[in-house]
Amino acid sequence: MEDLLFELQLAMPQVILGVINGAFYALLSLGLAVIFGMLNVINFAHGAQFMMGAFVAWMLLAFLGIGYWPALILAPLIVGLVGVLMERLMISRLYKLDHLYGLLLTFGCALVIEGLFRNNFGSSGQRYTPPREFQALNLEIGDFFLPGYRVWVLIAATAVCLATWLVIEKTKIGSYLRAATERPQLVQAFGINVPLMMTLTYGAGVALAAFAGVLAAPIYSVHPAMGANFIITVFAVVVIGGMGSIAGSIVTGFLLGFLQGVTEVVYPPFSQTVVFVIMAIVLLTRPAGLFGRA
Amino acid sequence: MADGTSIAASGPLGGQTEKEAFLGFTRPQAIAFLVMVAFVLVSPFFLYPVFLMKILCFALFACAFNLLIGYVGLLSFGHAAYFGMGAYVTGYAAKAWGVPPELAILMGGAIGAALGLPFGWLAIRRAGIYFSMITLALAQMVYFFSLQAPFTGGEDGIQAIPRGTLFGIFDLTADLTMYWLVAAVFLAGFLLIHRIVHSPFGQVMKAIRDNEPRATSLGYRVEQYKLLAFVLSAALAGIAGGTKSLVFNIATLTDVHWTMSGEVVLMSLVGGLGTIFGPVVGAAVIVTMQNYLAEFGAWVLVIQGAIFIACVLAFRRGILGEIAHALRVKL
Amino acid sequence: MTMNRRTLLGAAATAPVWGALPFRSARAQAANTIRIGVLNDQSSLYRDISGPGSTQAVRLAIQESGITQAGINVEVVQADHQNRPDVGSTVARQWLDRDGVDVIVDVPTSSVALAVNTLVRERNKVFINSGAATSDLTGSACTPNTIHWTYDTYMLAKGTGGAMVAAGGRTWFFITADYAFGHALERDTTTFVNAAGGRVVGSVRTPFPGTTDFSSFLQQAQRSRAQVIGLANAGGDTINSIKQAGEFRITRGGTKLAGLLVFVTDVHSLGLETAQGLVLTETFYWDLNDRTRAFTQRLGQMPGNLRPSMVQAGCYSGVLHYLKAVRDMGVAAAKASGAEAVARMKAMPTSDDAFGEGTIRPDGRKIHPAYLFEVKTPQESRGAWDYYKLVSTIPANEAFRPINEGGCALVRS
Repeated sequence: MEDLLFELQLAMPQVILGVINGAFYALLSLGLAVIFGMLNVINFAHGAQFMMGAFVAWMLLAFLGIGYWPALILAPLIVGLVGVLMERLMISRLYKLDHLYGLLLTFGCALVIEGLFRNNFGSSGQRYTPPREFQALNLEIGDFFLPGYRVWVLIAATAVCLATWLVIEKTKIGSYLRAATERPQLVQAFGINVPLMMTLTYGAGVALAAFAGVLAAPIYSVHPAMGANFIITVFAVVVIGGMGSIAGSIVTGFLLGFLQGVTEVVYPPFSQTVVFVIMAIVLLTRPAGLFGRA
Repeated sequence: MADGTSIAASGPLGGQTEKEAFLGFTRPQAIAFLVMVAFVLVSPFFLYPVFLMKILCFALFACAFNLLIGYVGLLSFGHAAYFGMGAYVTGYAAKAWGVPPELAILMGGAIGAALGLPFGWLAIRRAGIYFSMITLALAQMVYFFSLQAPFTGGEDGIQAIPRGTLFGIFDLTADLTMYWLVAAVFLAGFLLIHRIVHSPFGQVMKAIRDNEPRATSLGYRVEQYKLLAFVLSAALAGIAGGTKSLVFNIATLTDVHWTMSGEVVLMSLVGGLGTIFGPVVGAAVIVTMQNYLAEFGAWVLVIQGAIFIACVLAFRRGILGEIAHALRVKL
Repeated sequence: MTMNRRTLLGAAATAPVWGALPFRSARAQAANTIRIGVLNDQSSLYRDISGPGSTQAVRLAIQESGITQAGINVEVVQADHQNRPDVGSTVARQWLDRDGVDVIVDVPTSSVALAVNTLVRERNKVFINSGAATSDLTGSACTPNTIHWTYDTYMLAKGTGGAMVAAGGRTWFFITADYAFGHALERDTTTFVNAAGGRVVGSVRTPFPGTTDFSSFLQQAQRSRAQVIGLANAGGDTINSIKQAGEFRITRGGTKLAGLLVFVTDVHSLGLETAQGLVLTETFYWDLNDRTRAFTQRLGQMPGNLRPSMVQAGCYSGVLHYLKAVRDMGVAAAKASGAEAVARMKAMPTSDDAFGEGTIRPDGRKIHPAYLFEVKTPQESRGAWDYYKLVSTIPANEAFRPINEGGCALVRS
């Protein structure tokens, strides 16, 4: 028993780190869920937009000398604006068609974006150093050292997830949004500009991905394939959570981060596969996903 | 789903019966088929056989994929799993056990089917986008497995796979001899798919695609039909992968990577989803493009993406679909 | 009208004849032309260590070989294999079968390199590999047509493993990418660590691909109290683990990070702030001595404003030596048999500014010294790209796998 407690004590830091990684899953799957809920499009370009967020933050610093804090606002805005253009110019043309076309289109967009960044920035990756003030948040308990920046990631991601949830579930705009998801024609008849709402929703979902990208920039090397590494795991997260609820996507994201953290201690080689195994189990028992409506 | 919005809407003359010329082909299809056969027979004397074999292998792969999307309406984003495992198993059998090529290719098909059964069983529980994402995630597990399993050779892949001797008579080392085997495999696979589509089974599949509740209410066990279509498609993908591994003497991780799944979607989309000849044309276009763009580096990615976008926005019918539409025939 | 059409048709019919004439003279000229194909990754992971920079290095080698003055034409073609064996294999076949390419150079990514290795042997041409890591090229897969020029996994393991223990890093913990390449690096390095009197206290296998956060694994390594954390991984995995080791201050207690496959471009991308203290093995560093500096100077501006990597230097050195052999034996003989050309290359000692003096062994292994470097701190660095300080030199005769241990069939005969 004491051994187990000791083991748990050792594992705690790893589990915390897992939850922090879960914050990225939560942010990304939240963005996907927001877009899917309104547009019925699986945004395959989500990983590329995450990468763009990190790159924009890096470019702001490297070319314009704009630091981390402004970038945290500016980069999601800029990438969100690119998203708005994508929606207006391309995605909006597909709403009357099978939803799979949306998937194919955004897949194509992901390839183009990744290819362009590779051509311009090579493959070794760029570095992005977080501001020094985060060191004040550094946690040091015995052997365990948790960089202040990771603490910040957890705080920021949780705050943004909560804010998004509140906007959608508790505000008037959110209620329009939810209504438009269910009955777009009816909402339009009430004089609400549904196409505009769709455009803004896509922009917001993309901005969430870009925000995650800025948060990730100081942790991971900023390189063109950084989003592709994430997106397939996030897809599995989305399947597990089901696309039904905003809260569901957030909870599932953190939950899987936690599970991965545990697996990284218990049996490290399994820590990527665990997500897919859970996906298979969920599909067998609850095909609609943990929080989904059938 | 309303007519005209389905991802593989029935052809321009859907439903309308046409006079059959032969083998169940309509007259325009028969002409297209003869043109294709003629091209397959004549081209190796003018074009580089290895390049043509690559096209034929991918054409069969795309046709197998198209069986699912075009006739059942299911978009698999994980077909690389069956293609890649087919390549590995054929390659391993030919190299390690000295299995003759004809048998090795069949083993590739068998592994495709064996893998397609549980995966299909899981995936067909959901439709539409969920189906795509589930197949993608399952294929990703196959990728992890291929990276770990000792028999796949990890990131080096299985190298120097011998082409062997067909039926113990024809030495396949010469490119041209190998070409005839590949051509035969391709044509057999193509005709098999055509046969399936035009069988009563194929009619039920199309009924499911067009209106699943109606098919269910008519008493068809929709799930079983979907699963069977999935397994057939996976088996043919496995055969395509196996043949390719013999042509190039290698089977590697590229074949199981998710970009390969994306590529086969692109081929079918470019050629025309739900057309019989579309995937063949699409495969030829994409393989040729990859070949000639090899000198342009990362632009390959950009151009492929741009073609995806252009197809989805402007040419949803694909090359053959547009031609068929212009000529008002079914191809 | 019909007349017009007929004349047109007639003209078209004779066109092939007209076309054939320049074609034939091109063929005659081709007999005096060496074609070099640079096949590498121009779009993804290995673009910066090989890519267009390798082609630039090959062009410099051609220019400096003085071969054009000797009346021999040299043409360079290049292609991107996209790290895909099927693409690389198709390009290589077309080059060898139809485009008259005599020698293929570079080819990073082991799976593509092994495929090209087989093709080149079957067609009796020449393969000078600089970019791939697998030591199988001079072991079980060795051929009389292939020379493995720059580095291999065995050398990296021995350099970093053996020399690091000698430099004081006695206890090791491995962070190993969970696939054959990572396992091999860990296994080989363990052998050298043990042989040098060190000890491996533990290891952790990280899923590959897809692991982006290594902090949990790094902390497990730190808890083991090992003096050296060996990174048996490559590319993005290595970069992320080094970056996060800095973030989590893994090295604050004096623990050293040892990268088993790290290139100078990776260090450039990480920056000294993050990469400082990292130890690694390379066979070429632009700032090693006067000759390497002169070579870098002559290369001029490289793509992406990078300095040459050892892979690019290897392409230069390999092509320079090949062209020497061609001049020596004559174009016709060199083109007729790749194996003969390689045999001639093996018979001559090598000498160039990038790697100094060297030899090529019968199994196709190019032999030169290897260097254990430590990445400088930002304070130590005196300017752009001043990244490494030399820890120790592994002499040429000790740097690579002994010839009888590789299992190369050429050696027994």
